[in-house]
Amino acid sequence: MEKTSRTAKLYLALVFVILYAPIFYLIFYSFNSGGSMNDFESFTLEHYAAVFSDTRLMMILINTVIVALLSALLSTIIGVFGSLGIVYMRNKSLRNSILSLNNVLIVSPDVVIGASFLILFTMIGVKLGFASVLISHIAFSIPIVVLMVLPKLQEMNSSLIDAAADLGATKRDILTRVIIPFIKPGIFAGFFLALTYSLDDFAVTFFVTGNGFSTLSVEIYSMARAGITLTINALSGIIFIVTLVLVVGYYFISQRGKNPIGMGVRK
Amino acid sequence: MQTKNTKRFYLIPYFVWIVLFVIAPIALITYYSFFDLSGNFTLDNYKNFFTSVYLKLTLSSFWYAFLITLFSLFVAYPTAYLLTKTRHKQLWLLLIIIPSWINLLLKTYAFIGIFGLYGPVNAFLNVFGMKETQILFTDFSFIFVSVYIFIPFMILPIFNSLDKLNPSLIDASRDLGASSWTTFSKVIFPLTVNGVKAGIQAVFIPSLSLFMITRLIAGNKVITLGTAIEQQFLVTQNWGMGSTIAVFLIIFMVIIMIITGQRDKGATSNGKN
Repeated sequence: MEKTSRTAKLYLALVFVILYAPIFYLIFYSFNSGGSMNDFESFTLEHYAAVFSDTRLMMILINTVIVALLSALLSTIIGVFGSLGIVYMRNKSLRNSILSLNNVLIVSPDVVIGASFLILFTMIGVKLGFASVLISHIAFSIPIVVLMVLPKLQEMNSSLIDAAADLGATKRDILTRVIIPFIKPGIFAGFFLALTYSLDDFAVTFFVTGNGFSTLSVEIYSMARAGITLTINALSGIIFIVTLVLVVGYYFISQRGKNPIGMGVRK
Repeated sequence: MQTKNTKRFYLIPYFVWIVLFVIAPIALITYYSFFDLSGNFTLDNYKNFFTSVYLKLTLSSFWYAFLITLFSLFVAYPTAYLLTKTRHKQLWLLLIIIPSWINLLLKTYAFIGIFGLYGPVNAFLNVFGMKETQILFTDFSFIFVSVYIFIPFMILPIFNSLDKLNPSLIDASRDLGASSWTTFSKVIFPLTVNGVKAGIQAVFIPSLSLFMITRLIAGNKVITLGTAIEQQFLVTQNWGMGSTIAVFLIIFMVIIMIITGQRDKGATSNGKN
């Protein structure tokens, strides 16, 4: 392979700098003892202390994590069963239309999802708050789980199931001992994506959250509309570290799956 | 593949989800678009949509979305191409993707400081003797921040299609005497056009419906279809009009999907067993 030229490297470096600069800018000023994002006065951790002493903010943080974990878990369960159903569907045109319906929420703009869920919840009388936010997060995460799990199921050789059945496995055994272990990578990918979808969502939550309940995104939005508070900077510092740990962890787990013995360099 | 009727019960929660959260919301939005503020059946919302106010809004929304998509593509394509040439490309790709996992709101918030009157960009311009100008709340800042947000989503599909490209095709093209540009325009680009289309889909549709960035960065100067929907639903509480705009947004979305759609050969089929 030819060597990447200097300009190419420079270009890539520039893209990386631009992508990361705002994030580091935020984190840098989170240590500023002055109240603004312009003049760096002196180093302080007071904004981090402010985050941890703010019980309201901590509650919102906990809420966000709970909603993310619960919605990821439930949407993964429903999504896995959904994809099992889709794979074993005999009617091809029905299967294709189900798949198109599955993708509707993935391509729909957030605002439309949020607005339509708001109408739905008001009509069936779900109180806006924790329940409505959780249900919406489950709803928009299901299709992504299906998209992650389905290819794994299709990859699976059906003779594996036949073999298990011939060897006397019950339907339950086939599911828990053959199918689930085989599609495990897809399930994890789906769960992980659902988690990030939920943590990252702003628009849908903004529509369906009531007065009493708030998630991090919605809270940051209202804080940011009020102006610059370095508490948000401190918060982003914490979030960045957590994200990094999660991503690096995920990367190594997925890498380990690919080449079992360390770094197999292919020539 | 073998079919077993007993497996149908798996589908129950999933079917409930499809009916309640896919079909019902679209039906409800369409239904609501026919009612006015006092709950009477009317076609006024649709008539309103075709007045100059909303038509202008739609046009400007499309124009902004177009610009955002175009700039994202210009930045993302070379980036994706160069990424495929790096040694630990999956690691580099991951590094490109990480910023997209940082909460959207935080990144937008960062730009409030960066583009601020006394922020680093103005400080930089000061060095060249320019006076502080308000960069925030302009078209430029809106487009810049949106492009910044969307770039990873454009890079990813393009990277994937470039990565799948057989390198011997490029060698063949070079061996046959094609220039770099011809190789790109006749071989590389046509073969990765599906990735580009997927990227456009991933950027254009959300750009039409942005509302958070318009509020925080463009300071209500830019109104997109998304902003209008949010306004109607949460501020003026006119759900009918909001639903009408949403219906049109859905229609636009379907049109864009058809234009950028790709005939994926058997991607959803079950393969041959």
